[in-house]
Amino acid sequence: MRLQSRPRQREAQRKLLMAEKNRLSPGHSTSAFERVQLARHPERPHTLDFIERLFEDFTEIHGDRRYADDPAIVCGFARFHATPALIVGHQKGRDTKQRQFRNFGMPKPEGYRKAIRAMKLAEKFERPIFCFIDTPGAYPGIDAEERGQAEAIAYNLREMAKLVVPVIVTVIGEGGSGGALAIGVGDQVLMLENAIYSVISPEGCAAILWKDSSQAARAAEELRLTAPDLQQEGIVDQVIEEPKGGAQNSHDEAARLLDPVLWERLAESLTNNVPDRLDRRYRKLRQLGKWGTSEATGTP
Amino acid sequence: MPWFRKKKGKIEPVRDEERVVRTENVFVRCEECGEHLYKKELEEALQVCVHCSYHFRLGAYDRLEKLFDDGYCEELDAEVVSTDPLEFVDSKPYVNRIAQAQRATGLPEAVITARGKVGGHRVFGGAMDMNFIGGSMGSAVGEKLTRLIEHAMKERGAVIIFAASGGARMQEGTLSLMQMAKISAALAALEERHLPFISVLTDPTTGGVTASFAMLGDLIIAEPKALVGFAGPRVIEQTIRQKLPKDFQRSEFLLSHGMIDEIVDRREMRPYIIKALDFMMNPAITSESTAQLSGLKFQVSGSHP
Ligand SMILES: [Zn+2]
Repeated sequence: MRLQSRPRQREAQRKLLMAEKNRLSPGHSTSAFERVQLARHPERPHTLDFIERLFEDFTEIHGDRRYADDPAIVCGFARFHATPALIVGHQKGRDTKQRQFRNFGMPKPEGYRKAIRAMKLAEKFERPIFCFIDTPGAYPGIDAEERGQAEAIAYNLREMAKLVVPVIVTVIGEGGSGGALAIGVGDQVLMLENAIYSVISPEGCAAILWKDSSQAARAAEELRLTAPDLQQEGIVDQVIEEPKGGAQNSHDEAARLLDPVLWERLAESLTNNVPDRLDRRYRKLRQLGKWGTSEATGTP
Repeated sequence: MPWFRKKKGKIEPVRDEERVVRTENVFVRCEECGEHLYKKELEEALQVCVHCSYHFRLGAYDRLEKLFDDGYCEELDAEVVSTDPLEFVDSKPYVNRIAQAQRATGLPEAVITARGKVGGHRVFGGAMDMNFIGGSMGSAVGEKLTRLIEHAMKERGAVIIFAASGGARMQEGTLSLMQMAKISAALAALEERHLPFISVLTDPTTGGVTASFAMLGDLIIAEPKALVGFAGPRVIEQTIRQKLPKDFQRSEFLLSHGMIDEIVDRREMRPYIIKALDFMMNPAITSESTAQLSGLKFQVSGSHP
């Protein structure tokens, strides 16, 4: 079997590329773990901060019509440059009380069920959807498991693939695994420069692989969870520049940089008719992943 | 002896020593009740303890052999194997981990997929194997399962997947995460064609596998006492800082919370699945050629070579 890998050579090439990038944009040699910390910065703009700056007449809607309302996800309609649209996003709090109220941005099943209910509303009325991702992950708790956390996430993954309206996803902070992806299947996936998107938190990864969560910085490097890394892998379509030093330094500026990209991407998605849009979305997901081919017939 | 017909016609018997979880010559000790079980007896009981009904874990080839009519099936896409896209190194390089898993298990990947008949119905079956890097799902697993679903669409068959997994494979980073969305999208297309997907949850099924295809079955059935959940029990204990109830996240817990259709003893699994297929494989639907189907959202023909 072939597992074409010359790690040392490729690693060297990667380092050269990184060095080249740093030379071209001095001051931007942010390490993966520095980005993790920026993505989690308490002053970083959250979904409602972007809504306030990018949309008009935001009208929030609540509840999954099944069990409860989940404050860790906000949904509502608003106007984006006069175009009515639906917004769905994870929401973290800023002070202690708000953080607890928002459950640190970790949704329970009712949050995901509210989100897909709202998205189907947008589909019914043929309005585009903007999703904002910012969560450490889906909430790992007894009540969440009892009410079917896994099913809620899985259901959204399948149903979002079928939505006939444009879905523009932006990772604005933490993209924490399945809990992020559950509102992250779209036509376009954008990512702020210092946002992260990962299969597991660096701390969780380090705890499992090195039995030592203080190895998180090393795990962050290995996981390739930064926006430039993910763009290279074809998971992210566009990386959006942040204000100098990070989005926490100016919410207004962060929103101003995101605005034209959202507009362009929406316009692009609107040029496709429904079959094309669905086909593109499917093919985009379909090509994700890197595997090899062995000539052996099963057992090597 | 039941056997596999490999893709290129090579016939290989399933080696005896791969079949039993713990071999001590002719006797095996039950992990649950401690009784000594005669190996042959355990094999006849499909690796279920005759004293306490404890279900020993099964390997992927064993699973499929016990599913298909006469244990006969044709392996699909065996050439799709993991690579190391991130050049990931933990205690050892990921490439070495893959090679070691292949050597130790005799499996090419953490999932084996095959085409065959179950109760005379055309079935595309997949089985995951915990012994291959914890049954974790990376790009190759995602690709094999997506192709399995696409094969079923093309040939108008049913999909049955036995899940057994610790979740997404960390060593492939966000690419592993994306497999959840990729397989789920393929299932959306399968659903549109009114073809069945039966998801069988076995011990353990957690993380990204549960939170994608495993919970998307038209029918979701589980083996007794299988651990099934999104978050692992240890993660939950650390978050809430209290001990978990005894049956938490077991099949019985999921059944009582309305999350699965039934708990099925392994010895009853095949007849149960056949009854389900008799209901779900409606000739009025399955005999239609793909070309006859119109107005589909997903035109997925020729998605892979
Ligand atoms: Zn026993």
